[in-house]
Amino acid sequence: MPSASLPNLIPALPELFLVCTAMALLMLGVFQKAGAKGEDVRTGRFVSNLGAIGLFLTLLLVVPIADNGTAYTFANMFVSDPFAVFMKVLILIASATALVMSQDYMHRQGIARFEFPVLVLFATVGMMMMVSANDLISLYVGLEMQSLSLYVIAAFQRDDLRSTEAGLKYFVLGALASGMLLYGSSLVYGFSGTTSFETLASVLQGANASDPSVGLVIGIVFILVGLAFKVSAVPFHMWTPDVYEGAPTPVTAFFSVAPKLAAIGLFIRVMVDPFGDLLAQWQQIVIFVSVASMALGGFVAINQTNIKRMMAYSSIGHVGYALIGLAVGNEVGVRGVLVYMAIYIFMNLGAFACILCMRRGDRMVADIKDLAGFSTTHPMAAAAMAIFMFSMAGIPPLAGFFGKFYIFLAAIEAELYALAVIGVLTSVVGAFYYLRIIKIMYFDDVTDPLETGIPRELGLVLLGTAAVIVLFFVFPGPLLDAAGTAAAALFAG
Amino acid sequence: MTDFPILSLVIFLPLIGVGLVLIIRGDEITVARNARAVALWTSVITFVLSIFLWIGFDASTADFQFTHRVYWMPEFNIAYHVGLDGISLLFVLLSTLLTPICILASWESIQTRVKEYMIAFLLMEVMMLGMFAALDIVVFYIFYEGVLIPMFLIIGVWGGPNRIYASFKFFLYTLIGSVLMLLAILAMYFMAGTADIPELMNFNFPAEMQTWLWLAFLASFAVKVPMWPVHTWLPDAHVEAPTAGSVILAGVLLKFGAYGLLRFSLPMFPIASIEFTPLIYALSIIAVIYTSLVALAQEDMKKLIAYSSVAHMGFVTIGTFTLTVQGIEGAIYQALSHGVVSAALFLIVGVVYDRIHSRAIADYEGLVHRMPTYSVIFMIFMLASVGLPGTSGFVGEFLVLVGIFQVNTWVAAFAATGVILGAVYMLYLYRRVIFGKLTKDSLLAITDMNRREIAVFAPLVLLVFVMGIYPIPFLEVMHASVDNLIADFEVARAAYEGVAVAGQ
Repeated sequence: MPSASLPNLIPALPELFLVCTAMALLMLGVFQKAGAKGEDVRTGRFVSNLGAIGLFLTLLLVVPIADNGTAYTFANMFVSDPFAVFMKVLILIASATALVMSQDYMHRQGIARFEFPVLVLFATVGMMMMVSANDLISLYVGLEMQSLSLYVIAAFQRDDLRSTEAGLKYFVLGALASGMLLYGSSLVYGFSGTTSFETLASVLQGANASDPSVGLVIGIVFILVGLAFKVSAVPFHMWTPDVYEGAPTPVTAFFSVAPKLAAIGLFIRVMVDPFGDLLAQWQQIVIFVSVASMALGGFVAINQTNIKRMMAYSSIGHVGYALIGLAVGNEVGVRGVLVYMAIYIFMNLGAFACILCMRRGDRMVADIKDLAGFSTTHPMAAAAMAIFMFSMAGIPPLAGFFGKFYIFLAAIEAELYALAVIGVLTSVVGAFYYLRIIKIMYFDDVTDPLETGIPRELGLVLLGTAAVIVLFFVFPGPLLDAAGTAAAALFAG
Repeated sequence: MTDFPILSLVIFLPLIGVGLVLIIRGDEITVARNARAVALWTSVITFVLSIFLWIGFDASTADFQFTHRVYWMPEFNIAYHVGLDGISLLFVLLSTLLTPICILASWESIQTRVKEYMIAFLLMEVMMLGMFAALDIVVFYIFYEGVLIPMFLIIGVWGGPNRIYASFKFFLYTLIGSVLMLLAILAMYFMAGTADIPELMNFNFPAEMQTWLWLAFLASFAVKVPMWPVHTWLPDAHVEAPTAGSVILAGVLLKFGAYGLLRFSLPMFPIASIEFTPLIYALSIIAVIYTSLVALAQEDMKKLIAYSSVAHMGFVTIGTFTLTVQGIEGAIYQALSHGVVSAALFLIVGVVYDRIHSRAIADYEGLVHRMPTYSVIFMIFMLASVGLPGTSGFVGEFLVLVGIFQVNTWVAAFAATGVILGAVYMLYLYRRVIFGKLTKDSLLAITDMNRREIAVFAPLVLLVFVMGIYPIPFLEVMHASVDNLIADFEVARAAYEGVAVAGQ
């Protein structure tokens, strides 16, 4: 390829479009006449709406690219394959929904500023870069672009002590993890001489894979640590509960879906693409992380009193289940992870939409016991929440069961029996705290009723996500096919 | 036979009722009235349709009938596949019969959230029917587990004072057994390459694998049956559940375990079944004798009947593992009879509970003076539970004892002791509640059963006598399927023992 010519931009078109949109919105916000408070709020809402539309248009751009199969660009540092497209579609759905869900809350809290949607958009671009990374360098660039945006929005409610604390904590620990990841990358580069995933994969074959150098293995371990931090897997999960609790609720909703998807996507690609032949080296680490996440997520969530903290531990547990699929390390396993994550985002978005309905007057509440009698004050929202909780507990015929089903299917096929048994037993522990939410909503009497009005956009999100979770079993085909194609593409390369 | 999927129609018909109940609008009283009516009509129509299944059933073959297959997850070779044989047909009928009875029994006792209650019951009917009819093991599991959701809510929302503890215990006990079964199902799926139950029945699993699979299935079925020592959720759940919830729990949900043993454990893992038969006998004998004694000591009527359920289900598990025609047919018969009788006994407790709001035996005495009709109906079911000849309970227990006597006389002797103990605690209960002087002030104004309540019991009374006096139509239906089950089992046993002999 002549160095002067422009690289092929088509595979990266959605990212380019989104980043231009984000910059345009930033300009729009900045040059809007600063004025009365009402003016700012209007701008904020306007930009937020445009941001959601931008994400939606990007989604429309991503989908046709899926037909092109696998395409590389920017000197092979960027790849667009069915796997990346699958993850991008989910990320965009999650980001757009989270953005729509945030509007009412941001307005009520008086922080409806235009910077928030712009930062969400930039973070989303970073996530799309992450799942399309084909090189350790582009991986890091995407990851940092995402992370830096996220640090800021975690602290977005800057008058609130806990929000700023969440932002700072996230930043310090996140920077540490990024450092480890970078250090691991440099070790890998030093011991293999390349940062490109493809070259790494071709170097790490045969004798190099069965008996790799110690330095390379240490490098991989450092990369694993960095990635485990990003997906908030035990033992690198400590930031999660504090950040989830401290960040504004819509931000927490966003954190629990889109960045998680991107990080899992990245995790899978890094482990499978360049280091796929080193399965024996990293499999036991992933198994340990998975078991620890499932167990800790299950047991610690039981004692939580704050629903956002509980959701944090719940998400740690879910990551544990998803990692079972990765530990299997084959196509069936990755397909299981993809199906699991797709279902997970719908459950989580729905559950957070319910949490966003919890307020007294204009004050948001987040104690689990505030939900007492939720089913009498908000029958529809409570029914939806019950559906999400049963689904997260993995009870058929709800979608959450199928997520677990495909994961365990892969684990049993790979004869990881012990892992599967631990997985199902911790899922029973998990069922306990999910049931506890249902118990408080349905079996307990109202003590201090919550405000009844549900903002229209939250109602729509609730309806949509609940419909997906309930009706998934009727039409499992499309998602399974898409996940199957995505997983196959990853292993073909 | 026509291609019309009548079985699927029966299974999913209650969903139409759910849809109708959901769209009911208006003030609370109207909603409640309409919800009751819709639920009752839906379940009655479902029952009538299920009668056509019996009429159209060909009892001369062991094949699955009314089969309906739709591709569901083609790349995994998992399909929605349903069908009935002689074993499942009767359980389907039991479910469709008990659901309208439950709805009728809740007519006045449930006054809050009637709409949600009816939705839960209709959903539960779908799950129960789907479970018995499923011919794909994944579909089976989905229905089997799905029942937990409505039952958890029924106990938790409309239950008694300690309902939260009971509902959690019920849910988690059942779930922990079931998830192990799920892993076994997945392992079977990979070994056999199919999730289709008829194909799995013909697949020979390796002997050492059978042991593990059998144990994993037992973990789930033993909780559901329930077998000693994992029965402790049952008394709690029964005591706290509303009357109709107890009826479905005892009448149908406990049969899931017995049905599962017949459908999966015996035909799919014959070698493990042979090896573990002594274990089942031992656990069942403990269940029969120990829980009968525990029942004798109960002060709560519902708890007493709950323990008697454990004892009666012990007969079912013994009969199942005799692997004789009489034993298995007796086990199925006993399961059906228990479904009718224990359901009726819970309804009987519900009648007085609706009036006095107490389940304590000590709060009742001499009811015969104020409630003659009630006393007669109570007596019929009490005697059926004891196993008096002429009632349905006798046929089941007798066949089981005949079956087990051919195999192991010691087990037969212990099981027969259980029959005597059963008579002791039931007669003792009856004497304390019905006979004696009526002196308590709270009971002086108690009224006899009204017409709605008699309507609830009429079909059950009829059924108890028909099943007790003329059991042929019921046994005929299951005969071919049971013969086939035993024939297949004997082939596997011969092969296994042949190998064992050759190996010596």
